[in-house]
Amino acid sequence: MTSPFPQAGGAEQGENRREAVVRLSGVHRHFGDTPAIDGVSLTVHKGEILGLIGRSGAGKSTLIRCLNGLERPDRGSIKIEGREITGLSEEQLQPLRRRIGMIFQHFNLLSAKTVEENVALPLKIEGWSTEKRLARAAELLDLVGLSGKARSYPSALSGGQKQRVGIARALAAGPALLLSDEATSALDPETTAAILELLKDINAKLGLTILLITHEMEVIRSIADRVAVIDAGRIVEEGPVWSVFANPRTAITQSLLSGIRPHLPQHVAARLVSEPVGEVVLGVDLSGPDAGVLLAGLSGALAGGFRLIHGGVEHIQQQSVARFFLGIPPASDGPARAVAYLERHGAKVEVLGHVPGHD
Amino acid sequence: MSPVMIELFIRSFFETVIMTVASGFISLVAGLPLGLALVATAKGGIAENLWINRLLGAIVNGFRSVPFIILLVALIPVTRFIVGTSIGMWAAIVPLSIAATPYYARMAEVSLREVDRGLIEAVRAMGGNRWTIVREVLVPEALPSLVAGFTVTLITLIGASAMAGAIGAGGLGDLAIRYGYQRFETTVMVAVVAVLIVLVCAIQWAGDRLVLRLDHKH
Repeated sequence: MTSPFPQAGGAEQGENRREAVVRLSGVHRHFGDTPAIDGVSLTVHKGEILGLIGRSGAGKSTLIRCLNGLERPDRGSIKIEGREITGLSEEQLQPLRRRIGMIFQHFNLLSAKTVEENVALPLKIEGWSTEKRLARAAELLDLVGLSGKARSYPSALSGGQKQRVGIARALAAGPALLLSDEATSALDPETTAAILELLKDINAKLGLTILLITHEMEVIRSIADRVAVIDAGRIVEEGPVWSVFANPRTAITQSLLSGIRPHLPQHVAARLVSEPVGEVVLGVDLSGPDAGVLLAGLSGALAGGFRLIHGGVEHIQQQSVARFFLGIPPASDGPARAVAYLERHGAKVEVLGHVPGHD
Repeated sequence: MSPVMIELFIRSFFETVIMTVASGFISLVAGLPLGLALVATAKGGIAENLWINRLLGAIVNGFRSVPFIILLVALIPVTRFIVGTSIGMWAAIVPLSIAATPYYARMAEVSLREVDRGLIEAVRAMGGNRWTIVREVLVPEALPSLVAGFTVTLITLIGASAMAGAIGAGGLGDLAIRYGYQRFETTVMVAVVAVLIVLVCAIQWAGDRLVLRLDHKH
């Protein structure tokens, strides 16, 4: 794999040995002169949830549609369960698409069909008998918690219920891969959480591989195992979610994360100066088991004490990820000793400036 | 009205109904596939083919731009070939159908084009072919609107059938022209207009009821 960024630690290498459901290499797709996808290589392993995040227009929608042949790449290779699909005709793609379920931002349920008919439609396409496919639809509606709504029409359902029907329909034909195209972007936060919980549950219960695209880091944090960041048609960063959250390397990732990571409060940031007067403000990033005990250790090591301005520890995939902003009194060698202590414990420390008047 | 007049009136009523229903049925059976073809072959359609799309569009526009009374006369050789005669009610059904088919095709085209593209994408993504898309998405999703368009077509046909009197097809319109207008029998004229109003209202009401029953979008 020719990745433009170095691979992270051992966890990822272990994953590389797992069976690949999707393997993209060097995929290009242009609309006119503008490249929508500009040389993407990406692997989705069996049983994992891979989150593909990017701003709107970054190419994520085009990319996800290349996987089931709704879009054709200009160049590159797309393998689904080891089979190259780029050269296939529309007729050859049809049976393959039955191996790939898809859910959509606007649900895309057929308004003229009842809930059970919607769920059973992929099976009707496969030629199942009415009796068998309605029995299967009932099982799936049970799985997504909508058994009572089989005979309703989609217009009678709430947004969250509609997406549950969408999920049941995507699972009907027993797919090897589920594609999720901004599936929670039209839902309120509470419903979003419930739908993500359901997807996670299905991933665990059925071992289903999921590729989801989103523009919200919150979605990635709550469900994905790995994340790939796409910008201007290229994958710019990729890795386990906790590691990307702890150490975002590109500006685009940092900006996507800015909404959910602690940052220096506005009123402190406004008073920051570069001249060495007053309190020294440090930004500290650390992940791993030390993250939780770092501050206790620091207060023991610093006679002059310090001030916690903002931040805390959160847990992503059972990993502690800490991000603090500290204010150190300027007295004698306090700041230098703090930096030395923090770096000795593996933290990434950044001196952000000084706040005059806080001494 | 004399008993003879009443008998003539009743016969004319049934002639109008038969002409409308028969040519309506034919325009539905021929116009819906034509409308589907117009949508399918359009840019971004499920069977995009711009040359066929332009050709079909030109044929539809050609027929729609000829005034019906002229079409009625111009189509006499065709009518004679199909029905065996160019005179009478059955003969009138041929030009009525030929005029109503492109009319309904355009109505159907508009209805079918309104179907959310996301639904077509969803069915493609689950492995459906073009025929599946037509059968499971386009027609069922557009059905309320297709029915509404057909209601309008039927009512237009009632009006057009009045001109069919020119080739001896009879019907209420013909009765109104020959007796009500040319012989100044105002009672006949008023009666015909009253019956036509009731007929049009009944068709519109039935159409609206059906649309409401078929529509599950809201």
